[in-house]
Amino acid sequence: MTPSVPTPLAARTPPLAEPSAWHEISLTVNGRPVTAQVESRLLLSDFLRDRLGLTGTHVGCEHGVCGACTVLVDDEPVRTCLILAVQCRGTEIRTVEGLAPGDAPLTSVQQAFHECHGMQCGFCTPGFVMTTTALTEQSDRPDGEQVADALSGHLCRCTGYRNIRRAVCRALDERFGE
Amino acid sequence: MKPSSFDYTAPSTVGEAVALLADEEREAKVVAGGQSLIPMLNMRLARPEVLVDITRIPELGRLHVDAEGNLRIGAAVRQARAAADPALRDGWPLLAAAIERIGHPQIRNRGTVCGSLAHHDPAAELPTAALALDARFVITGPRGTRTVTAEDFFVATFSTAVEADELLTEVVFPPLPADHGWAFEELTRRHGDFATVGVAVVLERSPGTGTVRTARVVFSGAAPVPVRLVATENALVGSDAGGQALAAAAGTVLAGLAPSDDIHATAEYRREGAAHLLVRACTTAWERC
Repeated sequence: MTPSVPTPLAARTPPLAEPSAWHEISLTVNGRPVTAQVESRLLLSDFLRDRLGLTGTHVGCEHGVCGACTVLVDDEPVRTCLILAVQCRGTEIRTVEGLAPGDAPLTSVQQAFHECHGMQCGFCTPGFVMTTTALTEQSDRPDGEQVADALSGHLCRCTGYRNIRRAVCRALDERFGE
Repeated sequence: MKPSSFDYTAPSTVGEAVALLADEEREAKVVAGGQSLIPMLNMRLARPEVLVDITRIPELGRLHVDAEGNLRIGAAVRQARAAADPALRDGWPLLAAAIERIGHPQIRNRGTVCGSLAHHDPAAELPTAALALDARFVITGPRGTRTVTAEDFFVATFSTAVEADELLTEVVFPPLPADHGWAFEELTRRHGDFATVGVAVVLERSPGTGTVRTARVVFSGAAPVPVRLVATENALVGSDAGGQALAAAAGTVLAGLAPSDDIHATAEYRREGAAHLLVRACTTAWERC
């Protein structure tokens, strides 16, 4: 069987209003190559949502406090509201849509959030899931303090932290053994 | 909110970056991790005409220990990478502890060490750690390269010795004495917040005598710049860092700090908190000597 070549992701290009402030960027999003014209001031969160149609990345506070917009850039969880799209040339980005595309089974992290009901309204969930995904990809099991530190980068306004924490522990147990 | 429009450029050498900053036609601003700058852009508190992204300059991505034993951290080195570096953790653990107190991992994965220093929020962790560790700052501009001490680097809130046409290229931490202990303590409303007040302490033990040979004590959140209290250091030097000595040192904190009131805390609360933190930090530092 020949290896399948990922199909490029199409980006919508709005009219170029200020040509000097526009740049062409190429990057990878959820395993698919993307080339797009972006204005300097375009935030990565808005690039993902408005230009690529990946609306799973949620925008909450827009100044780096809430963590709802967290995705993985080169495997590290970061705030997309504090990154310009133009800064992401050449990077590899993973959003919540990339975890279980199409009919693929849920990842162990998603399954754990599902089983433990690690959500209330679900708005903050994509950010929590992406940070937890990064925790499960570490080479060693993160200790309790590291888990708390990572989760403290996210706010749940429904205050549903107990089940989120339970989901994270289950995902880590699954990955590293109890 | 969204930033107002600006141009963006990512030079590949320090020389190009400085030329862009020195261009008088347009107001330029340096961006590295952007974790302080982009919130300001989003809220339109800052409206530069051009952003100069220095993270694509290879020489600024270096973190290493030089032949004289100094730790040198380039301007593009991210906080998470610095805190995970074995040489840094081994030789400058206070710095690693300070970095781990910055925001959350999601912030430290992008934010740079030099960026936090050049931004200079007086409640931030790294300026306090830099003063406690006697760091030096390498600044490059159109008039050449100069080195500034930590005492001279921090000028006022959000203001440093770096001029608008200059770039902080590197921060240098000298080696520490062998018989030293350290502590970094903060009083925060929540984990990850800026400190209401914080302290960095480095104590050196006299070999044989079991007394404090040298002390460095620096507070954050107590003034527009990190505050080194020489009276507190003098109260500790020569002592056994026991209860009486620490009580005397705490007294110098109450007398020596003049913080201001703000929405988070009164000056009195900050002073009291600082005195308590000092006692706790000195106890920890002495145990580590």
